[in-house]
Amino acid sequence: MTEPSVRAAPGNDLPPPRVRLAALDTLWFQVAGTVCNLACNHCFISCSPTNRTHEMMSLAEVEGYLVEAVELGVKEYYFTGGEPFLNPAMEAILEATLAVGPANVLTNGLLLDSERCARLRALQDASEYSLDLRVSLDGFDAASNDPIRGEGSFERVLNGVRNLLAAGLNPVLTVTEVHGVSGTEAGKAKFFDLLRGLGADKPRLKVLPVFQIGSEAERGGAYESWQKLRAGEVADDGWEHLQCSSCRMVTDRGVWVCPILVNEPEGKMGETLSDTLGSYPLEHPACWTCHVYGVSCKT
Amino acid sequence: MANRIPEDAVEKARRAAERQKLTRHRGLATWGEKLVPLERFRKAVDEAGTALNPEERADARQEYRRPNSEGPAPEAEGPYRRIAVFGGVYNNHCALAALLEEAHRRDAEAVYCLGDLGGFGPHPEKVRPLLEQGAVKTLQGNYEESLASGREDCNCGYTDPRDNHFATLSYRYTEAHCSPEFKAWMGTLPRQRRVRVGSRELLLVHGSPRRINEFLFFSSAPAAYFETLLDQHRCDGLLCTHTGLHWHRRLPSGRDAVNVGVIGRPANDGDPRVWFSILEESRNGIDVELVPLAYDHQGLAEEMRREELPEEFVETILSGWWTTCLEVLPPRERAASKY
Ligand code: SF4
Ligand code: SF4
Repeated sequence: MTEPSVRAAPGNDLPPPRVRLAALDTLWFQVAGTVCNLACNHCFISCSPTNRTHEMMSLAEVEGYLVEAVELGVKEYYFTGGEPFLNPAMEAILEATLAVGPANVLTNGLLLDSERCARLRALQDASEYSLDLRVSLDGFDAASNDPIRGEGSFERVLNGVRNLLAAGLNPVLTVTEVHGVSGTEAGKAKFFDLLRGLGADKPRLKVLPVFQIGSEAERGGAYESWQKLRAGEVADDGWEHLQCSSCRMVTDRGVWVCPILVNEPEGKMGETLSDTLGSYPLEHPACWTCHVYGVSCKT
Repeated sequence: MANRIPEDAVEKARRAAERQKLTRHRGLATWGEKLVPLERFRKAVDEAGTALNPEERADARQEYRRPNSEGPAPEAEGPYRRIAVFGGVYNNHCALAALLEEAHRRDAEAVYCLGDLGGFGPHPEKVRPLLEQGAVKTLQGNYEESLASGREDCNCGYTDPRDNHFATLSYRYTEAHCSPEFKAWMGTLPRQRRVRVGSRELLLVHGSPRRINEFLFFSSAPAAYFETLLDQHRCDGLLCTHTGLHWHRRLPSGRDAVNVGVIGRPANDGDPRVWFSILEESRNGIDVELVPLAYDHQGLAEEMRREELPEEFVETILSGWWTTCLEVLPPRERAASKY
């Protein structure tokens, strides 16, 4: 490969540590590929209306992986993109998934009209497993959110959240720490208030750090060469906090180690889940963020 | 000012930038921080990763489900005809006393506690003599782990500051009212036990066999997950607690996964009774009964008030609804709750 996607770290040539897959608990699907109806400037996989790095997945493709996932005892399923609801098969995919386990959808909330929300509610009611929706927002108001997520997005997201709540679905509001204040106690309290104002009597919130890759590298700066993990820095059994010890990510182009490295060909591990049950070297600087901040993309 | 940039020019530039953002990937793929021709990315992806041949794949799958310890499984206790199992005492000595009576009345041959002795309720030291009196075989929960290792807080890490506040309060209270001997004893408790009921061999854990603090809720832990877990641990059933909500799942293979419930606080259903489980040998394997238990909850509430424990906790004991730390619930369980 000619494209060095990982910067060389001069003066440090210890090998990266390897993380064993302890159990395949969480299976992700890049179900909308990298196609999104927004182009947020902190998106760590740089999704946009024209980004075809990964394509949409079909129902049949997803079902094939579900069969294998059941054999391997997967505990929960996550769907992301891009925007999952741009995928015309999304509701059929959720129905197939909810027959075998709980499903989580990471959405930007723009395509949640009241009809869709009612259908999602019906899907949830027909399953013994939970359907969880996670809606992204990056500010308490349009002035702080829209410069990141796009003009008019604040109001449209709130609308989606209102529709979910009206259908009896209680989404998790997901905010990144792109604005420093979001992760503080005061910031969290403000988001809880915002949700209550929309009609959530049981507000739910998740705060995530930002990954300095993709569009975010241009917006907030890329990694420095010291931001890398080295063998021996952590005991060999000390990787439980990294999601790659318990997850894999499926896209239309195969199975990848985790939801973060889908734009790095080195992140791809094989074609089927069974190809990817081995260990993975933590070579990428994003692994540094995961390790230091203890990030998990899960709810 | 003469050379001020006209506002519509700023607006125009902003719109152009926005357009560029939306269309810049035409024919290009993102590779790390760069844009490269789509074909280049796809070629690299096709070459990346190790695809196994079909036999190797089948082997990999089998290997994954294989029992994950070498040699014979550790000796199981029993066999018993009938056992009583509970978790989450949370200092509720009133419920524990009632449970021991009920287990005796139902002729349980052995009584197991799956951990979490402290937190929430009053007077942690009252729990210990009861456990001894009832010959309760106890596992270590995450609470015992924290107390025995001298941690400053229970490390629950809730997103909601209010939840963290209450979790810390209850941990600190228990921390301060437990003797060093009791804490040291907690550190000696086993994390797993294997118990035979009739012909079935059951694995008893606090959270899950993988993690002492893993949450296994009915709506978030599917059948396929348990089938694999039971294969890996060579057992016919799994008993766990930790979440505070009881359930029983009969698996397609005929084996069982049970959350035995907790006796320390009600199950968030508007009923002040608490829950435990009776497992009994039966003709076609094993019967699992989830049992509601009434106890002197008024008395406990008064004792909590005398100890100046949060009124929110007292309300839970009296009303049966949880008032704090609900964010761990999956959507289905959360929707059924009052708060
Ligand atoms: S952050 Fe989410 S909504 Fe924004 S461009 Fe990326 S995938 Fe789309
Ligand atoms: S980016 Fe994070 S989850 Fe992905 S391989 Fe690196 S450490 Fe693991």
